[in-house]
Amino acid sequence: MKLNKLLSIGVLGASMIAGVANAEVRDIRIGVDVPYEPMEYRTPDGELTGFDIELGNAMCEEIGIQCEWVVQGWDGIIPGLQARKYDAIMSSMTINDQRREQVLFSDPYITPPSAWFAPTDTEIETPSEESLEDKTIGVQRGTLQDNYVTDLYGDVADVNRYATADDMVLDMDSGRLDIVFLDFPIGKSTLLDSEAGDYTTVGEKITEPKEYFGEGFGIAFRQRDEALAKAFNEALATLKENGTYAEIEAKYFSE
Amino acid sequence: MESLMNWLQAQLADNSIFTLQTLSYYGDGLVTTIQLVFLSLIIGLVLAVPLAIGRGSRHAWVRLPIFFYCYVFRGTPLLVQLYLIYYGVVFVEGIQDTWLWVILEKPFVPALVAFTLNTGAYTTEIFRGAIKSTPKGEIEAARAYGMSWSLMLRRIVLPSAFRRALPAYGNEVIFMLHASAIASVVTIMDLTGAARFVYARFYAPFDAFLFVAAIYLCLTFTIIYFFRHLEKRLLAHLKPASG
Repeated sequence: MKLNKLLSIGVLGASMIAGVANAEVRDIRIGVDVPYEPMEYRTPDGELTGFDIELGNAMCEEIGIQCEWVVQGWDGIIPGLQARKYDAIMSSMTINDQRREQVLFSDPYITPPSAWFAPTDTEIETPSEESLEDKTIGVQRGTLQDNYVTDLYGDVADVNRYATADDMVLDMDSGRLDIVFLDFPIGKSTLLDSEAGDYTTVGEKITEPKEYFGEGFGIAFRQRDEALAKAFNEALATLKENGTYAEIEAKYFSE
Repeated sequence: MESLMNWLQAQLADNSIFTLQTLSYYGDGLVTTIQLVFLSLIIGLVLAVPLAIGRGSRHAWVRLPIFFYCYVFRGTPLLVQLYLIYYGVVFVEGIQDTWLWVILEKPFVPALVAFTLNTGAYTTEIFRGAIKSTPKGEIEAARAYGMSWSLMLRRIVLPSAFRRALPAYGNEVIFMLHASAIASVVTIMDLTGAARFVYARFYAPFDAFLFVAAIYLCLTFTIIYFFRHLEKRLLAHLKPASG
């Protein structure tokens, strides 16, 4: 009881200090579209969770404000922001120029990584023009991974393009593919988790260059809420420094 | 040659979609499509002639299996057959360790097998109809000459059956060309595969597919022209006498 009181005074104090620092920053509501695993989804008992949710809550705590999550379908998520149904969107939204005309973005808080996956006994250690020569690479047709692989290795390796990730996994199982290049979370759930031990990632997770992998996900605010965006940017920087960010990232994006 | 390349490059200068690179995708796709369709038609044709003869056999143990084969391959979608053959072979235990895997690993041969079996079934039915409709009088005449069964087939029945089957077979060739568009679902970069790639890459469905449609039209035109010519030659005796 006493501890609780102490804590609440502490939070109150912190929020007052924060309030003084950023006069315009108050408790906010954040719009999110669920489910989009592992970024945002509900646990079996209905609670919201995911990378976005945990990172968002951590940022709010850092700033010292209360944040409430509002579930909103993707189609109406930007209009909902303009209509003040909520004050921010944190829902795996890729930063791009079209959206910049409508909303104000925070700094990117993550660029969803892509990764190479291969059978555990693969001889490829790091993907390069030499190691991938005459290998058969699987990608999903029309994805950024397809563009990346086609441009970098299209001349030295065979690129098999699939309509769905399922078809690709089937051909990987049958031994037709030497290696695939996939969104990391998809590869993790289809290859690493469901067929435990048969597959492994090869090399580093890849998020560069930007022309293929985009600018990353950002939190969207209304154009005039510059102070709010600034507060979130500062909070993100702090979380990255003190290790909280790495902790949350590891929870959702490690093998 | 170099001046031609320069000319082509100049033509493509202010075009972001049809670069030399994407055109080379279309070019490779054209080659793949023609290989796939041509080979499957040839093998299918070779397969179909004896099957069509057997299809009309008096012996049930010859007739029924052929009937069953035609029924199955005409009764199911080609896409399903392609999936079954491409993904189905890998469920054969240990196939990866046999010599067969060398040819089944790449998508080309499984697709070729599916297309061949499919066109073989249709062609069998086309020829069977043509053989069946051989005028009774011709057969009786052949018998009266004391021709053996095989000699009669070779000299009387098959030549006239081929002629009657020609228009229907021309259709089958065109159908096969268009059916080959599904090869890209098993990762073959045929013409349609190239179009899908360009579409996905540049988000330009109209440019990508209109271009490929034009190529298919040209191919179809060639086939029609070829069969027209063949019919003119082989069916000259059926034309109304002029003058």
